[in-house]
Amino acid sequence: MNKLYTRLGIAGSVGLSLAGLWLLISLFGPVLAPHGPGEIVDYEVFLPMSAEHPLGTDYLGRSVISRIMDGARFTVGIAFAAALLAALMGTGLGLFSAVSGKAVDESISRLMDALLSIPNKIFALVMIAAFGSSVPLLLLITGITYTPGVYRIARALAVNINQMDYIQVARARGEGRAYLALSEVLPNMIHPMLTDFGLRFVYVVLLLSSLSFLGLGVQPPNADLGSLVRENMSGLWEGAPAIMAPAAAIASLTIGVNLFIDSLRGRD
Amino acid sequence: MSDLVQVDKLRVVARAEEGAEITIVKDVSFSIPRGEVLALIGESGSGKTTIALALMGYARRGCHIEGGLIRVGDTDVTALKRKELRSLRGRRVSYVAQSAASGFDPAMKIMDQILETTRIHKTLPRQEAEAKAVDLFRALALPEPESIGSRYPHQVSGGQLQRLMAAMALITDPELVIFDEPTTALDVTTQIDVLRAFKHVVAERGITAVYVSHDLAVVAQMADQVVVLNQGEVRESGRTGQIIKAPTDDYTRQLLAAARPALRSATVELEADVPVLAVEGVSAGYGKIGRDGRPAIPILEDISLAIPRGTTLGVIGESGSGKSTLARAIAGLIPPTAGTLKLAGETLPNDMSQRTRDQFRRVQIVFQNADTALNPSHSVERILARPLAFYHGLQEQGRKQRVRELLDLVRLPATIAEQPCSRLSGGQKQRINLARALAAEPDLILCDEVTSALDTVVATAILDLLTELRRELKVSYMFISHDISTVRAVCDDVLVLYAGRKVEQGGREHFAAPPFHPYTDLLINSVPELEQGWLESAAQSRKLAPVNARGEGLCPFLERCPVRIEGKCSTEPPPWRQLALGNAVLCHHTEADLHGTASLNTARANASY
Repeated sequence: MNKLYTRLGIAGSVGLSLAGLWLLISLFGPVLAPHGPGEIVDYEVFLPMSAEHPLGTDYLGRSVISRIMDGARFTVGIAFAAALLAALMGTGLGLFSAVSGKAVDESISRLMDALLSIPNKIFALVMIAAFGSSVPLLLLITGITYTPGVYRIARALAVNINQMDYIQVARARGEGRAYLALSEVLPNMIHPMLTDFGLRFVYVVLLLSSLSFLGLGVQPPNADLGSLVRENMSGLWEGAPAIMAPAAAIASLTIGVNLFIDSLRGRD
Repeated sequence: MSDLVQVDKLRVVARAEEGAEITIVKDVSFSIPRGEVLALIGESGSGKTTIALALMGYARRGCHIEGGLIRVGDTDVTALKRKELRSLRGRRVSYVAQSAASGFDPAMKIMDQILETTRIHKTLPRQEAEAKAVDLFRALALPEPESIGSRYPHQVSGGQLQRLMAAMALITDPELVIFDEPTTALDVTTQIDVLRAFKHVVAERGITAVYVSHDLAVVAQMADQVVVLNQGEVRESGRTGQIIKAPTDDYTRQLLAAARPALRSATVELEADVPVLAVEGVSAGYGKIGRDGRPAIPILEDISLAIPRGTTLGVIGESGSGKSTLARAIAGLIPPTAGTLKLAGETLPNDMSQRTRDQFRRVQIVFQNADTALNPSHSVERILARPLAFYHGLQEQGRKQRVRELLDLVRLPATIAEQPCSRLSGGQKQRINLARALAAEPDLILCDEVTSALDTVVATAILDLLTELRRELKVSYMFISHDISTVRAVCDDVLVLYAGRKVEQGGREHFAAPPFHPYTDLLINSVPELEQGWLESAAQSRKLAPVNARGEGLCPFLERCPVRIEGKCSTEPPPWRQLALGNAVLCHHTEADLHGTASLNTARANASY
């Protein structure tokens, strides 16, 4: 373990610790939380930090720390699933167009360019306005939004690898496209794609949080970190931890993952 | 104090991953008198470049100079501080790198780059420096010395760029110049001009130089003294004449032997049946195919050849002659735009998607660079097992067994199978590369410059292996190379390509003495020989007047041909002429003429054959 930390450097180790902490919270948060997320624990709202309520209470007198520990699983979970969706679709399409002929490559690339030209927040707003907000829809929207970016990177990598001699050898052996893509090209682009996955994850967290902040994300009674910031808005004037804590949670999650990913990059 | 450079017990160490240190240069000592050229010779990994760089007080990332003395003039280089080193480098000691193409900034004019060192060290005002550069261009026999500086690097040829790099190194009148494999990346016909230019400047200006090379024949032309290195140690050092004529060390003898490839005959009982491969009138190229059926960038034109079962055909030509394109066209990677390919009599579809798996199996291609031809994320086992499963449908147990047999066939230990191929040495990789082709049990292996990226001793071992395999497995080869001595050593028939056209073809014995095609003649006589003074005696390439070519299908070599017939060669397509001895040439000259023209190009019979 010590060796891993020296390899990552200080920033990387901090990032890994933060990311690991959030992963644990999102997995076990509901079990570990001192109170239920909907439980009203005090008649005072926007209480400051205290031993009884480590992060104070929210606008209805609920325990903020319990709500964050419960809400983290939405933020982390949806963002992870959406980033995975984007990574799989983008990498898959990128590989497919790199090993296919020019016509296929061009059509996919132009389609992706078209998607890329739609501002992602506007796209999300339109979709939510049309279908109403739900977790599967949020997942799908964010997944689709980030697919073109992944596709661009995956295709560029795959096209480069496709020029290598070992691909020529495999082609001269008579191998089919599926084998070329999956066995020869994919293993050599997996590392940069993993790095990219980490970055996409951060973007998705930010997009989800901003949607929730607008009230279009995860719907009550559930709340993700973005919704927690929104619902406690009125506490801002009192400087209540109820609004600072979820904001800090979003920041530490995204910065942590970012630091970790950046320290991995140097070694690739 | 007559010695300009003195190196005493130099040690350079590299730090490995786990903090362990590896000594890459071990107690190397030598000295260079003022005005002499010392050659550092050895294979890759011998530490020759590391020593050369240490003379500038430089060690590559992860390495450092641990001990010993390096003195240049009165300066102890190892004791210098960073700032003092900066004033040493480029000004008093300068460096000519191997690849000039990557050594020049493509976005800067040549003159500006050459004058950079004078600007940094403030040795000369711009005007004078420019005049001096032009003088150097002239001394290095560069064309249009007054205006070449205003061009960009991509507008000059590789050989010219290499000479321009030497001009860059010489502009500050350094005390010591380091040439690091400056001609290795060049074609032989270019190399000879570059060597001549270097030799001329070195002699004219009395330059003290270190010449790093792996090629003994080149060193014999350039150096006064030779230091033979192996794995960071000096094996032998002495005057050039002594080293090449009377070496005392075994390793030196091994290097010398590898420099003169022995003829390998693998006479296989020739069955008088249809050739393994027949190529008839094939043309190929890149880019869109136009209305006349020709590609936008035609590379190969009207190539015909036949490879009888069990024989080896050598294909030789300079870079850009289309030899790799030929291999790719046969393998199906580039569909020929005209002509037919016949595999043991049956027509091979030009379009690769039409070929059957068995047709793919029977023709295998082995690429030059084993580093890029083996997938770095696959293990040796996986690389070799794939063709076994793909062509022969072998199950896991059978595959394992066969992989061991294949490794044994290419003389590699079975333990290597589990390793990722990135851990192997260059020679081992090339063997795996070959084993993969053999796994298919092909009739024909296309070897594209398979020994070019290897050290001479390793290359010799690979050539021996190819010959043995041919005897054991009766496979045929098409052996592509730019090196005529290698081709003559392993091939039965030789085909000479120039600019995508076949200019000569015949048995290897015909390439020992004239008559040759004028291009073959140039090619053969540009290969340096292992004796001092060869460079001076080799005929100068004459400056040729531009030709006014009219008509289609003219001789491809017209522009560079020293014996072209004005009025005839520039207007009429040359005939394909069968010579009495059995080889055929594409030339207007008659056989008797070609005997005569060969002596124009060179006054020497080729003694090494």
